[in-house]
Parts: sequence; structure tokens; C-alpha cells
Amino acid sequence: MGTLKALFNRFLSVILDILPLLCVFFIFQTFVIQKPFPHLEQTLLGIGLVILGLFLFIIGLENALFPLGERIANQFAQKGNVFWLLLFGFTLGFSTTIAEPALTIIATKAGQLAADSGFIQTHDSAISFFVHGLRLTIAVAVGMAIAIGVLRIIKGWPLIWFILAGYGLIILATFFAPKQIIGIAYDSGGITTSTITVPLVAALGIGLAVSIKGRNPMVDGFGLIALASLTPILFVMIYGMFVLGIA
Amino acid sequence: MMSQENGLFELLQASFTSTFVDILPILLVLVFFQAIILRKNIPHLKQILFGLVLVVVGLAIFIVGLEECVFPIGTRMANQLTDPHFLANGDDEILRGFLSGVAVDPSLYIWTYIFAFTIGFSTTLAEPALIAVAIKAREISTGAISEWGLRIAVAFGVAFGVTLGVYRIITGTPLYLYIAFGYLFLMVQTVFAPKTIIPLAYDTGGVTTSTITVPVLAALGIGLASNVPGRSPIMDGFGLIAFACLFPIIAVLAYAMIGQWLENRYQKSK
Repeated sequence: MGTLKALFNRFLSVILDILPLLCVFFIFQTFVIQKPFPHLEQTLLGIGLVILGLFLFIIGLENALFPLGERIANQFAQKGNVFWLLLFGFTLGFSTTIAEPALTIIATKAGQLAADSGFIQTHDSAISFFVHGLRLTIAVAVGMAIAIGVLRIIKGWPLIWFILAGYGLIILATFFAPKQIIGIAYDSGGITTSTITVPLVAALGIGLAVSIKGRNPMVDGFGLIALASLTPILFVMIYGMFVLGIA
Repeated sequence: MMSQENGLFELLQASFTSTFVDILPILLVLVFFQAIILRKNIPHLKQILFGLVLVVVGLAIFIVGLEECVFPIGTRMANQLTDPHFLANGDDEILRGFLSGVAVDPSLYIWTYIFAFTIGFSTTLAEPALIAVAIKAREISTGAISEWGLRIAVAFGVAFGVTLGVYRIITGTPLYLYIAFGYLFLMVQTVFAPKTIIPLAYDTGGVTTSTITVPVLAALGIGLASNVPGRSPIMDGFGLIAFACLFPIIAVLAYAMIGQWLENRYQKSK
């Protein structure tokens, strides 16, 4: 758990994390909008909860998510079976994404939008087919990203190849994808990396890079999240081409 | 999200449930692979389980706090700062111009730009996923990359991106021009940046848009798009998030390049 002093320092640093945001609110409310805060009690309670919640989350992060990701990576590296490791990476990416509430909301909105503008049929089964297809596509994209990213760490391939190839393909796909899917596609890149998944995936990548001989944790360990925010953009545009036709 | 209708207890309960649903698939995958494939015990299991409880409880409390305080205030400020009556500041001619939908002078929005910059900066500093990545980066680089240094670089990137995005919505210039130019700049920068920083820099692009930043930015974008004459919330309201993903990468690469340049100059002068 660390010493009490370390805990206290962590608590102080959490207050520092939140302080700039509070200053912005205070300065704008007082000097620009020039009105007192409505619901002051509720606001103060909210600030307290934000600080307490962030503090507990970070303690939990250092005691659970980080060691968990690193130990799993270490055990897989010792076992030396690449297939299981890739399957693990895919399953982790797929399952965390398919259950992501933000994705469900965006996919449902996208389905409604597509039906309203007449790109798919307006009866419920057609919309639900489109929405489920979209969610599945994004989840597969994130699963593939983690699996490919893990393979990259094992082989020591430079991330930059994947970034250049990935964005190259995205630019190419943007020309051929139906216009109404492009906005959804670019938005889907940002929503797939939730607050719980990020630390775990970061620890997994770094744990692998540390466990495999000849890998540099800085150069090889990072990059999983970068890939996971890239592939959904590409996959959603390809999905759009299949379902709505090529532009 | 006001608590007049729902008590705090109900809000917390709902938040716990949704955070637990978030972590459930991760737990299932971990338990499955641990039990079937790895078949090894995890050391310090009790400590890890306790930590996981803290993660779920902490995140749930954090989100209720955001919904009680940060999101309502952020949304209200975004709406007030983009309100035609506030912008016209008592000038009837400007107000009439707004309401009749003629093109507006982008310089009237000075407070909106300042708000966009400061809110982008400060919400990024409070983003839990970025804190996690910054802790890891410090550990791995054995202190060469400081937690605060990285986070401030990312926060500047988001702040700049959001301000530019707000300017784009106000002027109505096409999104793809900015995105295309931004990525082109990024590609050139990537070629010249120190090789060790590249994976971390690209990771921060995905991390910045997690818990706090997205709802506040979405409120700002939609508030702007519905108040500026001639904009549509659907077409123009988004895009801020795309900017908030792109510019942190540029900022972190720049941070590393400046660091390297200073280091080289120091070496030469010795």
C-alpha cells in the first residue's frame, strides 16, 4: 500500500491535478459571467467526490491494474507461446470494446442518423443490423490492434511503419468511403480507449517489452493504445463501403 | 444530471454498476486465460483484488463528482459565453446582426477562445488515463520524462487543438483542411523527432479523450454550433475531438525535440 507519507503526497498531487480546472471555473464565473455560482453546495460536494474518486482510482491503479498487466505479460513471455498471447490480446481488446457504454451510445445514434437520411431501411431490424454490425466492427478493430501491437513488440518492429501504413490506408479509404460514415469513423477512434483499459494495456505492452530480451520498454512497450485508436477509423470506413456502397 | 430528482445514493449506485460492467469483461478474460492457459498463481492476489475494488469505487465516485459539478458548470459556461446577448455586450446593432444570421466577426468570440484554451488545458491535467500513462512513462524512462512535463505538454496540445477547433467552427472553414494539414505536419515532425519518444507520443493521442475532456468539449462544440449563425450542430459540433487527438501528438514530439535540442546545445557548449 505504500507508506502514509506516500499516500499523503499522492493526495496532494490529486488536488493539484484538479486545481487548474477549478481556477478556470472560478475565474470565468467571477470575472466574465459575473454571476454567483448556482447550486453552490452541489458544486462543492461534486469537487470533493472528484478529488476522492481520483485519489482512490490512482491508488488502485498502482496496486492492481499495473501489476496485473505486467505479471500477465511476464507469464505469457515465460510460457513462450505466441498464439495464446495474440489470442489473449485480441480477446482483451474485443471484450473491453464491445461492452463499452460510449460505443453503444454512438453506434445507436449513428444507426438512427443513417436511417433518417435514407441510407439504410427505416424498419427496426435493418437499423439494429447496422448498429450491431458497427459495434462488432469496432470491437474487432480494437482486438486486431492489440494483437498486431503485441506481435510488433515480440518482433521488435518499429511502430512508425504501422502508423504510416495505417494513416496511409485511412487517407485512401476516406476517398472511397460513403460520406455519411466518415464522421462516425473518425469519432470511433477516440472512444475505444476507456479509463480502465488504458492502464492495463499500457502495463501489458511495457511488461512484454521488459520480459523479452533485446526489447526497449520505451521504444517497444508503448504504442498499443496508438494502434487501438487507429484501426477503428479504418475498419468503420471499410464497413461503410460494404454496407452502404462505395462513394 | 442534477441531483434534485435523484439522491446522491442512487447516483453512486448507478455509477458503481456501470463501472463494474466496464471492468467485468476484463476480469472474465483475465480469469479465463489465467485458469485455462497460464495455470499459474498470481502473486499478491489479495493486494490486487483490493486494488481492483479501489479502481472501481474510485472511478465510480469520480464520475458522480463530474456529473454533479464539472459537466453542469462546463455546459452552462459554454452556453453563456456563446450566447448572442453576451457576445453583443449591449450593442444593439451587433445583436441584430447575430439574430438575423449575417456572418459574425470572429474577434467577438475572444472569451470563447480563452475559455476553450483554458478548459482544454485544465481538463486534460485531470484526465485519469493520462495520469496512468504519465506514471508509466516516468518509471520506464527512469525519470527522464517527468510526469508533469509530459502531462503539461499534452495539455498544451489539447488546449491549442481545441482553440483552433473553436476558431474553425466560428469561421466555418472545412474540417478536412485542418486535419489534412495537421497530419502532414505530424508526419514531417515524426521523421525528425527522437525515435524513442514516438510510440509514447502517439499513445497520448488516444488517451486524452477519455472521461472528462470529451463531454466538456462536446458541450462547447454543440453550444457554439447552435449559436453561431449558419452552423449546424451535427456537421460542426464534432471535430473538436479529432483536434484534441491530433495536437497532443504534435505537442509531445515538440517537447522531446526541444529537450533534445537543449541537450545538444548544452553538450556543445561544454
